Formats: sequence, C-alpha cells, structure tokens
Amino acid sequence: MTTLSTNSTERKPLIKSRALRRFLSHKLALIGTVMVLTLTLACFVGPYLLPYDELYIDLMSRFAPPGTNGHILGTDPLGRDIAARLFHAGQISMAVGFAVMIIATCIGSVIGVISGYYGGAVSAVLMRVVDAFLSFPSVFLLLALAAFIQPGPVMIALIISATSWMEVARIVEAEVKSLRNQDFVQAAHMLGLSNRWIMFRELLPNAIGPIIVAATLTVARAILLEAYISFLGYGIQPPLPSWGNMLNGAQQYLANAPWLAIVPGVAITIAVAGFNFIGDGLRDAFDSRSDLG
Amino acid sequence: MTQAPVMTASHLARHYAVGGGLFSKPQTLRAVQDVDFELYAGKTLAVVGESGCGKSTLARMVTMIEEPTSGTLTLDGQAVTPDQWASVRQSVQIVFQDPYGSLNPRQRIGQILMEPLVINRPDLSKAEKEDRARQMLNMVGLRPEHFDRYPHMFSGGQRQRIAIARALMLDPKVLVLDEPVSALDLSIQSSVLNLLTDLQERLGLAYLFISHDLSVVRHVADDVIVMYLGRAVEKGPKEAVFDNPSHPYTKALLSATPIADPEHHKERIKLTGELPSPLNVPPGCAFAPRCWLATDKCRAERPDLTSGPHQAACFYV
Repeated sequence: MTTLSTNSTERKPLIKSRALRRFLSHKLALIGTVMVLTLTLACFVGPYLLPYDELYIDLMSRFAPPGTNGHILGTDPLGRDIAARLFHAGQISMAVGFAVMIIATCIGSVIGVISGYYGGAVSAVLMRVVDAFLSFPSVFLLLALAAFIQPGPVMIALIISATSWMEVARIVEAEVKSLRNQDFVQAAHMLGLSNRWIMFRELLPNAIGPIIVAATLTVARAILLEAYISFLGYGIQPPLPSWGNMLNGAQQYLANAPWLAIVPGVAITIAVAGFNFIGDGLRDAFDSRSDLG
Repeated sequence: MTQAPVMTASHLARHYAVGGGLFSKPQTLRAVQDVDFELYAGKTLAVVGESGCGKSTLARMVTMIEEPTSGTLTLDGQAVTPDQWASVRQSVQIVFQDPYGSLNPRQRIGQILMEPLVINRPDLSKAEKEDRARQMLNMVGLRPEHFDRYPHMFSGGQRQRIAIARALMLDPKVLVLDEPVSALDLSIQSSVLNLLTDLQERLGLAYLFISHDLSVVRHVADDVIVMYLGRAVEKGPKEAVFDNPSHPYTKALLSATPIADPEHHKERIKLTGELPSPLNVPPGCAFAPRCWLATDKCRAERPDLTSGPHQAACFYV
C-alpha cells in the first residue's frame, strides 16, 4: 500500500493562520486595531490616572478650557472633568457596542442557520421577517421603542440589537444555503447526527469568517446608534455619561466652549472608524479569493 | 450461494414528480424502476450504466436518504421502512464521489472521525473514541500525525481515505461506494481500490459499488448489474457479464472500453442516438431506439429479465 507522504519539509510560517497573516499585512486594519485598543485602554485605565472622578463638581472652574487646573480636556458647564466623563462614557458606549454585537450576532446566526438549513417555507417566513425589520428606518424605530421603555444601558443595548441582527441573519442564511447540499452534510445525516448538531456544529462554523466581519461592523454601528439616541435625549440619561449625551449637553455652548462637543465627537469618530477599519481588514483577510494576490 | 444476503432489494422504484407549473400537470420521472439485488458480506455488487440511468438514485434509496416509491429493502432479513431509518442507518454508510465536498473544511480529521462515535456511542470514554479513530486512520493507510490536520491539507486520494475511514467508524455492514475513484488520478485510483478490497476482506463488508468505469468494475466486482434508463438490463457474475455479455447494451458498453493490447482488434459497436428522456420512456424495450437488433416486437413489448444466475432483459439473447 502506498502512503502518500505530504511534504515533510513543509516550511513553517511564523504565524500559521493565513487569515491572520493577511490581516496583519493590511495597513488600515492595523491602524484601526491600534485606534480601538488605545481608546479601550484609555477608557478602562484612564479614570484611575485622573485626579477627578466623573461626578466631582469643581464649581470654581466651570467651562475651563483644556489644560487648566489639572483638567486635561477641560470642564463642562457644571465644572465636571471632561476627561473623566469621556472615559466613563466610553466604557458605557463600548459596553453597549459589544453587548449589541453579541446579542445581534447570536440572534442573526440562529435565524440565518435555521432559515438556510430548512429552506422552503421556513426560510420564506424568516426572511420576510428580516425584510420587515430592514424596511423600518432604524433610527425612527429606535426612538419609538426608546420612548416606551425606560432607557438604561441594558435596554438601549437590547433595542439597538433588535435593529441590527438582520445583516448577520442574511449573511449566515446565504452561507448555509450554499453548504447545505454538500456531501459532508449528507454524510452527517448518514452517521446519525441530529439536525441541530448539523446546523450548529457542522454548518455554522463554516460561516465564521463572514460572521466575524459583520459582528465587527455591528460594534461600530451600535456605538453610532447609541450616540444618536443619547444625543436626541432618549438614550442613556444623565448623570450617567455617554458620548451621545455629552454631545447633547454641548449643543448650546458650541460658540464659547467648543471642546465640549469636539472631545466626545472625536472619541466617537475614532471608535467608529477604528471598528470599520478592522471590519474591512477582516473582510479582506477572510476573502479566500485574495489568496492568489 | 449458501450465505444469507446482508441486504435484499426487491422491485425497488423511485419516481419523481417534475414540472407542474401553473398550467401544466406534473409529470412523473421514473428514475429507478423494478430493481432487484442482493448484497452478501464480503462481496461487491457493481452497478454500471451511463449518466442518468438511475445509479445514484439507487444509492440514495439504499442509504436511506430517499424513500423508495415502491418496492422493499431488507437489511439482515428485516424490512427497512422510514420509521426505522434512524436505528438501521448506522449499518449502511456511503462514500461519495467528490472528495472535496464530503469533508467539513472546518473540522480536523480526528474530529471528523470521532463525531459519529460522540453521537452514537455515548458509552465510550473520550480516550476510547480517540483510540478507535486513530486505529481507523492507520487502517486506511494514513499516518498518526494526520489526526490533527484539516481537510485542505490533503490530496484527493487522502481525502477519499478519510471519507472511507469515517464511513467505517460505526462498523457498518454495507458500504455504498458512489463512484469512489472517478474523481481521482489514475495512479491514486488503484491504491484506493486496493485499500477497499483489503478492508472488505478484513471487515467482511458488503459493497454496492456504483461506477460508470468498466475497467474499475472489472477489477473490484463479484457481481454486476447493468442499468439502462432506470431498469436493470443485465445482471450476473462478473465473469459471465464481461466475457459473455448477452444484452446488446452491455455489448456496446464493453466494446467501448479500451483494451491495452495492440494486437487486439475488435469491432467497436457505435450506438446512435441519445439516451431517451426518462420522462418519456419508449413503450417497449427502453433500448430499442438505439439497438441494431430491434424489431417491432421490441418496440411494442418490454422484455423481462430472464431467470438464472446470468440474466438479461432482451428477446434475442
């Protein structure tokens, strides 16, 4: 019997995963990663390094411009330290972003895999539900929902998730549909594997690339949406800071104290752009067609 | 033959309803009609025929992926009906033609091999499962270090060995081989075929070997069924069918197989015409429109298989 020997002198690359190698050679993605990491680090470590906490009111230095009196980024109309508030708000905004990513990805994956696997009527119904959700303008839906529900970080995360799971569902559905008729699924049936096992253990892992990409972009979208609704006053309520409600509070002082708006604005931009860059990088990294390049 | 058959199929048929748009009635596509066969432990039954003759549909019925429209399938003397599929399915496994679509690209080889045990053999410990998977890997001629690799790291022949190993993990009695080597290089084909013969001897498996490649069939088969348009037209022991084909279709098939002998001069029978649509099977013998021996009787009446060990469905045997 002949054993086909695989090349035993196989060159071992430093990083094994091809996707990871491609991601690391993607400049924009690296910049995005650095942006997100810096921001995250600042939000979670920053507060311990600052002399003031986010609720301390320094009445003597209201509207202090950045750099005065130990307030690195200045103070707000009540004399609270903006840097402390920004970091604390960042924790909340990012937590909402990640919570939405997890919830929306789970809902989307389950709906997508069921729809793609069973096809037919099940798929038709589920995909029409997806279409129905997609046909609402999401900001309007968010505001309508937020008007009825007591807003808090958890509720906001749930509401945003309800408007963000559809993209993942569509991606997973398409992926599963294309894999469903492959022989290995047939073989799994023959070996006595249950439908649920086949869906979640055989098919879903094959869609992991597109799911990760969509999840990353969902974080960016969720941070932006949270900022929208908080800016409009329906989201996270003061005194709890969020990037959106910091912007809201800054509106009336734009002329005299522009740093009130610029600081949270820049934070939102960095976070959203960073996650989008990472998402783009991941998309290119998982795209098997770029193997040839 | 004194031995009792492992699997018996009698009058197996599968029809599909096709078309049936808004204004048209659905038509019946008779993919397989009235096929009988027996599988014996340690023996190989080959099913040959051109594309679209119902070979794969037959495989799908035998492996309980599709329910026969009529006819019965018995396994170890017990009739197999859809409500028992779940319990008997383990005894019949399949190896597919395409080694690239039959392995989950996201699973390591070890995982692929252990998965059937995880589901069906909860009594085994994790170490026992791994042990069995490693033994099986060795049995199909792969190396222990292949256990932790992913399918994309293997060649077509190696993947086919993995697919065979997976099919054998549950100790099946019947292995359906749906064109197992036709996607492989010629040099790899023989090594996989030798592996299959070797495994059959060791494990006493019954093979249902589906192929359109007559030289492969000649190599592995004990018995042969020749199918044409959903029906068996000739059936018998390999030697009888290959050395003394009786049905004109079998003669034509065999004459088209190249023989590696420069001295050998044989008249090749050229068939004219195309395979008729299975939606619209000619009334008499299905082969009559392409047959050089056909008479009016052939076009009006359908010949049945003759009796005896070597059977053919032709009036002019």
